[in-house]
This record gives sequence, C-alpha cells and structure tokens, in this order.
Amino acid sequence: MRLFARLFTAIDETNATHEKVAALVAYFRGAPPSDAAWAVHFLIGRRPKRLVGSRKLAAWASVEAGLPEWLFDESYQAVGDLAETITLILPADGVSSELPLSRWVEERLLRLRGEDDDVQREVMLRSWRELDRRERFVWNKLITGSFRVGASQRLVIRALAEVSGVDEGVIAHRLMGDWEPTAEFFQRLLAPDTRDADLSRPYPFFLAHPLEGEPAALGQAGEWIAEWKWDGIRAQFIRRAGKTFLWSRGEELLAGRFPEVEEIGALLPDGTVIDGELLPWSDGKPLPFAQLQRRIGRKNLGRKILEDIPAVLIAYDLLEEGGRDIRSHPLSQRRERLSSLVGTVASAGRLLLSLSLPFTTWEDLGDARRAAREVGAEGLMLKRLSSGYGVGRRRGDWWKWKVDPLTVDAVLIYAQGGSGKRAGLFTDYTFGIWEGNHLVPFAKAYSGLSDEEIRRVDQFIRRNTLEKFGPVRTVKPELVFELHFEGIQPSTRHKSGIAVRFPRMARWRTDKKPEDADTIETVRALLKSVTREEQT
Amino acid sequence: MPLLTLTDRGLYCEPGDFYVDPWEPVDRAVITHSHGDHATWGSRAYLTSEPGIGVLQARLDPTAKIRGVRYGEAVSLNGVTISLHPAGHILGSSQVRLVHRGEVWVVSGDYKTDPDPTCTPFEPVRCHTFITESTFGLPIYRWPPQAEVFAEINSWWRFNASVGKTSMLYGYTLGKAQRLIAGLDPSIGPILTHGAVERMTATYRQAGISLPTTHYAGTAERRADSSDAIVIAPPHASGSTWTRRFGTQSTGFASGWMLVRGARRRRALDRGFPLSDHVDWPSLLQVIEATGAAEVWVTHGFTGPVVRWLKEHRVAARAVQTRFEGERDDEIVEGIEEAKLGS
Repeated sequence: MRLFARLFTAIDETNATHEKVAALVAYFRGAPPSDAAWAVHFLIGRRPKRLVGSRKLAAWASVEAGLPEWLFDESYQAVGDLAETITLILPADGVSSELPLSRWVEERLLRLRGEDDDVQREVMLRSWRELDRRERFVWNKLITGSFRVGASQRLVIRALAEVSGVDEGVIAHRLMGDWEPTAEFFQRLLAPDTRDADLSRPYPFFLAHPLEGEPAALGQAGEWIAEWKWDGIRAQFIRRAGKTFLWSRGEELLAGRFPEVEEIGALLPDGTVIDGELLPWSDGKPLPFAQLQRRIGRKNLGRKILEDIPAVLIAYDLLEEGGRDIRSHPLSQRRERLSSLVGTVASAGRLLLSLSLPFTTWEDLGDARRAAREVGAEGLMLKRLSSGYGVGRRRGDWWKWKVDPLTVDAVLIYAQGGSGKRAGLFTDYTFGIWEGNHLVPFAKAYSGLSDEEIRRVDQFIRRNTLEKFGPVRTVKPELVFELHFEGIQPSTRHKSGIAVRFPRMARWRTDKKPEDADTIETVRALLKSVTREEQT
Repeated sequence: MPLLTLTDRGLYCEPGDFYVDPWEPVDRAVITHSHGDHATWGSRAYLTSEPGIGVLQARLDPTAKIRGVRYGEAVSLNGVTISLHPAGHILGSSQVRLVHRGEVWVVSGDYKTDPDPTCTPFEPVRCHTFITESTFGLPIYRWPPQAEVFAEINSWWRFNASVGKTSMLYGYTLGKAQRLIAGLDPSIGPILTHGAVERMTATYRQAGISLPTTHYAGTAERRADSSDAIVIAPPHASGSTWTRRFGTQSTGFASGWMLVRGARRRRALDRGFPLSDHVDWPSLLQVIEATGAAEVWVTHGFTGPVVRWLKEHRVAARAVQTRFEGERDDEIVEGIEEAKLGS
C-alpha cells in the first residue's frame, strides 16, 4: 500500500503532465505485476461495486473519532469528499503498511462484499488503524469507489506505452472490455506482439472547428456540403473479420450499449468503417438528448427502454472500404460510396445516411441554420468536398456552425456548495425568473464564471444568505446573470413548467437590476417560437 | 445589559463607549490585530498592544492616532478596565479583556496556541464571557506538528533547487510570510520576497523580530540566478505576470485551508502546506475550556457547528454574526489588505 500511496501523492502534487507520467512509469517499472494490474484497474476508473454504504462508513468513522454524526455531516460539507472527510477526522495515524496493494484489495477490500455489518466494521477499523494518513486516504478512495486522482486514462496509457514500448493505441485496445486485474493480465498488457489489437482499432476522429463569423469567408458555396450537426454520441462503426465494434469518440468501446445498431454489423461487408452519430430516433426525427442519457445510464437494457428510445446511427463518412483505408480520398468520393453502401443495407431504418442539405448560396444556408433547432439539430456542419478525413481538430476543411444559443436573464436565488475542487465555495446556483412579483426557479447552472467571479459571488452569498436548508441557501435576489442554453422544452418536473438543455452562465450582468430579469411570459414565448413546428 | 453588544459598526462596549475591531470609523477603537477585517481606517483613536503599533501604523493612515499598551497593562475607559493579552496570531495580536463591575469578558480576536517565533505566545485568560473566533471550527482541522510542515517546506525547496526550479511559496503578507521566513533553512538558497512582503518584513524587523536575510525580488535580475531561490509572495500574486520572471517553478501555498485537498486543487497549486495562524479544532476546545467561561459567543468561521457542539457539552453558546461571517477563505481579506497597500 505504501508504494501505491506514494504514487498517488506524486501524481497529486504536480500539475505537470510529464511529471505525472514519469511517476506512473516509475511505479509500473518497480511494482510487482500483481500490484500494477490493480493500480491500472483503479487509475483508469474501474472499481468494484460499492462494497460498504457511505452512511455506514460515516457512522463507523464518527464513532472511531468520538464525534456525533451531525458533525461528520458538517465536516463532509466543508470537504466535499467522503473518503477525505473520513481521513481527516480519524484519530492519530497508524504506522505505514508494507502489505502490497494486491493483498489489500484481494484479502480485505473484496472480502467486504456480502459480509454483515460487524465484519465489515471490523475490517474497516483494523485497516484505518494500520495505515498512515496518506494510505488511509487512498484506501478510503478505493472503498468509496471514486478514485479519480488527476491521472486520466490517457496518462496511464501513455505511461504503459513508455514502459513497454508498445503503441498507445494497442494499450488502449487491451484495456477495453472485460479483464481481471492479475499479474498475467499486466504482462499481456505490455506484450510486444500487437496482432491482438489490430482488428478492432478505430481511426482517430476528425473534428470540426467552430465557425465564427459568416460562411461567405469560406469561398465558393459550391465547393462545400452542409449537413445537420446532431447532438448525439459521435461514434465509429467497425466491421472486420466477422466482428463488430462500436467506439465512442471518447475511445470507449460501446459493446452491448446499442444492440440494435450493432446488429447492422452482420449486414456489412468485412473491412468497413463508418463514422457517424448515435441518436435516439423516432418517427423520422431525433428524441431529446436527455432520452439517450436515460439509456446510457443503464447497465441492463430492457425491452421497454429499447422500444421507447430506439437508437440509430446517422452515417457521416466512410473511412475504410474492403479493408482499404480511404481517408485520403476526397469527401465527394467517400460520400458517394457511403451512400451506395447505406442504400444496399436492409437496416430497417437503423443506419441512415446523413442528409446533404441542398443550397446554392450561403444565404440559403443561413435559412437552413435558423431551422436547425426545429429539426432537433444543433446547427450545421460544413465540409469541403475535396477534403480528406484528417486527424484531430484542424482548421480549414470542416467547420461546425452552431445555432446561436437561447438566452434568458435570470436572478440568482439559491446556492449550494460545490464538491471536489470547488468544495467550500458556493458554486452551484439556481436562477429564477419573474412570475408576477415573485421569482420562480427556472434553471440551475454551474459553469461559465471565472474563478475571480466565483469568489465574488461566493462572497455575496455568504453575506446575503436569507435562510439555510441543509446545504442549500436562499440568497437575497440581487445578482442577475445572462444564461445561455441549447434547447428548451415544456416539462412537468420543473416548477416553471420549462426545462432547458445545457444551461450555463454567459455573463454576470452587473449592469442589470433584478427587476430587469426576464419573466415567465417572455420565456414561454421563447419556448413557443422554438417549438412552433411541433405545435402546429 | 451585556457589556458588549453587536451593532452595525461592530462589537460595542456601551459603558466604556468604545468598539472592539469596528468595521467602520468610530471615535475609539480597540484593535486585536492588524489584519484588514479587524483593523479598519478612519477611527479617531486606536488602542492596541505595544508590539503591534508598528504593523498597525503600516496598515493605517500614517497620521492615525495609535496608543500602545504593554501586554497585561490595565487602562481604564469610563469605568471599564481594558487589558490586552497575547493571542499568538501575528505580531502584536491581542485578546481584549474587559472588566466592568466584576464581570470579565474576553474578545479573542484571531489566535493560535502553536509556537511562533515572530510573536508573543498565546496566554489563556479566565473570564465569564468569551468571544471566540472559529475560522477552523470543524474536527477535520487538526494541524500536523509544525516542525513536520517546515521540514516538508524545506525539503520541497531543496528538491526544487536541485532540479533548477524556483520555489514559489504563497502566504499572507502580514504574519504568515514572516512566520514562513523564520522557519526556512537559509542554507538552501536565497529567500526572495514580493514587494508587499518585503515592506511588512521590514516592519517586523524594526519591531525587533529577528529573521533570516531576504532580498526584494523586484531588484533581482530577470531570470538570473533564481533557480535555487524560494520566493515568498502574497496569494493574489499567484498566476500574475509578476511571477513569470522566475522561470520554471513549483508552486506552494501555506495556509490551514491546505489541509483539504480540494482547496489546493482549485488553485491549481503543486503543493499545499497546512500551516495556520488560527487554532485548530482540539486547541479551540481546549482554549474555551481553559477560559472557564460560562458563556461563549462564537464568531468568524464555522459558528454553527461550534455553537451546537458547545451546547451539547453544556456550555451556553451563541453565534455572533460579524460582517465577515463565513469568511471561509482569508483570501478576500488579504485582497482588501493588498488593495490598501496599493501593491
């Protein structure tokens, strides 16, 4: 445990990526493979199912520290992290533990499962008493299953690649899917023979830059195509050697998450790679993104959810054909082949070709962009017909031209403390709009302010708290913010009767008084204008 | 009628007709210490401890009328006996003891019980009513031994020097900076200071506090020869263009808040050193007990939990909201101070 806690500390005490990677490399070189396997497992965010409830952990730690539980709760609010709160309140440190990580996990952590409270409590108390402060924190993090420590999967992969001399893509592939964190696994992970990984490997995604200003600057309209920019999950669909792989842009293998889309694989020729977007889709148009989130959140997809929220793949591009990488071919050709491929597949509407929107002038396109919200799109994608499929986000050939965000001026009415990095600061806000002469909660937003602004708002909240309800404070309605959001829908779950998508603070309107904020009537009118298509 | 009442200008002693740490100008102000949330400008007369005159004068208008008294020396104002007793927070910091008709009140100001070579150590004072700060009034705040923290700071500095990185150590200008300087090992390399820190350090030296040699960083040659140095600067300098002259650096912040990981991470600092000039939870409770007070007023910090804890332990307690209630982070206070210093 000592080595692993030291690794954690080294990663935690620097903001420099290369220093984090160096610490990981040193650990992977020095640790026994059985420990290293567990380290990889935890560092990339895998975790055992919650073994002990947080309430129980809090109770045992409180007793050990001689504190009432309400004081534990107050402490937790100030810290914002359960594992750390426990670490900070426990009595004096134990001595550091030489026992290797793998034994801590296999002989203690995993044994907690299914045990009754007394046994679990005994194990936890014994462990706390045996560990020093840093080790306790790491141990608590493992138990509470929130082991995010500032080393992303990417950094772990980079370090493993450096240790083994194997390509990062291969390491990423080997970390996909199911594996047991054993010494044998760790050795396989670093093995120099890479044939195992080639079959499923996706191409790097090509990403568009946001277009600022008008598209006329892009030159001749005739050299471009325009497509809807959808708000789903960007994905690569791979069919090779009789096997299907669906990858998200976050390089996550989506095996089993979209069975109806994966089934299409059997209809495609070997050596096919399609770039597209996964969307919840019904009656010829997308469902709100929130619907897709309901699916993503589930481990088991029942029949009902598959029926209620069917998914499709909108095909944007063809990257591999007959096993040949065709990314350098011009888009016009790739699209032609993609179109004929999609046309021949009897996918029952689950594989759709992304529409190329007709336009002759840039002005036509402006109209299309304004209509985007009505079809459920975020805006337009503009792609040069002669462009190859590049790597990463590059300027020049692909642009995203999003619709302007919707905007409302609202008043800060409730505030709540943040967690993690923002613990101890009021950073989570609820905003109200006027209904008659009172403010009705309208949206919550957490992002968009600078650190300096957050500090000033936090300060305001502390001095202008009206009431406290647990962690929530009602605040004197005085500060006005311009909120931006992407979508707006009627809702029965919100007091205002309205739900917005992706709200954020665009500006702190220090020039406005609370009475200048928007009213429920103006917001309803906005809702109407956005959804007029559906209502008529 | 209690001896002290909370008014919109601060704690007021009606029989004596004076304020303790008022936040607006008044006729007579008794000042516990010179931090910006306790010492404000514009009052007609100030009373503070003798060792604190220099720093208070530096923080206020140079023409401010300040009277100093020795620790323990009694003065009388309209029948109220006032004496100041060391609070151990920063140079000149005091607890204010008031006696009127046999009733004894003590206002703690900010205080710590840990030793600090740059100020007189804290002394518990027995009283009937104790008004205490509670900046770190939660059981998560338990300071590690000071020697351990300084050993960590020095070894961090030594390591940085060995790899050619400047150590940027942030700490509040008044008090923390001097305590840090006093605990550094000057054999590792030069100690450089931000202008605001250098001015305050000079004031400490004038008051007879002995500190290792420091160099004003403003005169240091650009980038030249700072790679084995430690730079002591106020927190607000972090991330400013001023820091760029020091080349490759590792950053650290010395504050009690650094005990919590999130507080360090949101500042994007490499290292946090939990060194505080306030009492931690166990010391807070010990001090309260040592005063023997029958009633405790809790202010400035985690008032709610401390009051509840005291009540559950049969101590009459209430929360007193000062203007700086819930000033969880001294940063804003520091910001005000720096603005006053015009730095």
